[in-house]
Amino acid sequence: MSKRKPYQREMNNDWWLKNAFYSKYMIREGSSILITLYSLILAWGVFRLSQGEEAFNAWLSALQHPISIIFHLLVLLIALYHTITWFSLAPKAVDLYIKGKPLDAKFIVAGHYISFIIVTIFCLVVIML
Amino acid sequence: MSAQTMPAHSTMANKVIEVEILRYRPEQDDNPFPQLFEVPYNPDMSILEALQYIKDHLDSTVSFRWSCRMAICGSCGLMVNNIPKLGCKAFLRDYYPQKVKLEALANFPIERDLVVDMGDFIKKLEEIKPYIIPATDDKCLSEGTYKQTPEQMEKYKQFSMCINCGLCYSACPQYGLDKKFTGPAALALLARYNRDSRDAGSAERMKIVNQEEGVWSCTFVGYCSVVCPKGVDPAAAIQLLKVESSKDYLIGMFKPD
Ligand code: SF4
Ligand code: FES
Repeated sequence: MSKRKPYQREMNNDWWLKNAFYSKYMIREGSSILITLYSLILAWGVFRLSQGEEAFNAWLSALQHPISIIFHLLVLLIALYHTITWFSLAPKAVDLYIKGKPLDAKFIVAGHYISFIIVTIFCLVVIML
Repeated sequence: MSAQTMPAHSTMANKVIEVEILRYRPEQDDNPFPQLFEVPYNPDMSILEALQYIKDHLDSTVSFRWSCRMAICGSCGLMVNNIPKLGCKAFLRDYYPQKVKLEALANFPIERDLVVDMGDFIKKLEEIKPYIIPATDDKCLSEGTYKQTPEQMEKYKQFSMCINCGLCYSACPQYGLDKKFTGPAALALLARYNRDSRDAGSAERMKIVNQEEGVWSCTFVGYCSVVCPKGVDPAAAIQLLKVESSKDYLIGMFKPD
């Protein structure tokens, strides 16, 4: 008779706290919650705009509340964290070969930052004008 | 204090390192339990050699797997302080004077002590059709081999370096949470064949890739590629397959077969 009795270990809910790599991954995933909240606030502004000038100005002044400013700074930080960690992973999803050699990861990451800067400047110019 | 001038035993005799092993003996135990051993410390001793010392001198009932002692057979995987490692490629000097905690590879059922049941992993490797499926099967042996340029080989070489150690499955929380996930090494092996210029089986394998349990169970944690002892980078293989799977989906929308 077989003496086999394989033991299955359970995975606890705090698995992502036990290893720094997993924790960082969870922060990257969790950042989407704050970024969603941020886009909801923006969408709310568009909705207020459709209700007329007074409503839009009320939304604007609500944004100047210290809590709102702290929230936006936090979202900025989290969004930057997401962007930086995401860009550093980007080379894994790129399949470019130059003269039979895979393209160096440095160039792929740099390409992402360059396009990020160009798009940011473009948006700023559009908003300012 | 070089090894030539003094024999290792006299210099190291009083240095010991504590090695804690998570024991599990299926015929006696209902749950695993830790057992502490004291091993004479030597900076060039691997974790595997420490285990062999324990088995030879302290407790012959401790079970673990190994064969090549040179990171090529893939049998000696285990958790060292909760990180998946090859016992023959991890060294005591990187932990001394702290205690090392050894445990069977995470996410796999423990068969006995440090030995896991890898059945599910092996099954997944087999399922992805890990062999070249030629375009025509009527090419006669006498017509010679399938030729390949170095550039064509470069496309898949890295993904062919896997030694089936299973460390990446231990590092993958998605596999831990859902055993149906095809997983890192099997998907890297799949990519290895799909990217091979001599192979024409991509369409068959894409059916496996496109499933929820295929690449779409992967949330790009990326730890598999960190722990891989052979630089296979299974996370990259999976992301590249996600791109292929998306292309497949888009083409399917316009050109349903
Ligand atoms: S991909 Fe790397 S970690 Fe995974 S089984 Fe192969 S060699 Fe081991
Ligand atoms: S003993 Fe073969 S890989 Fe470690």
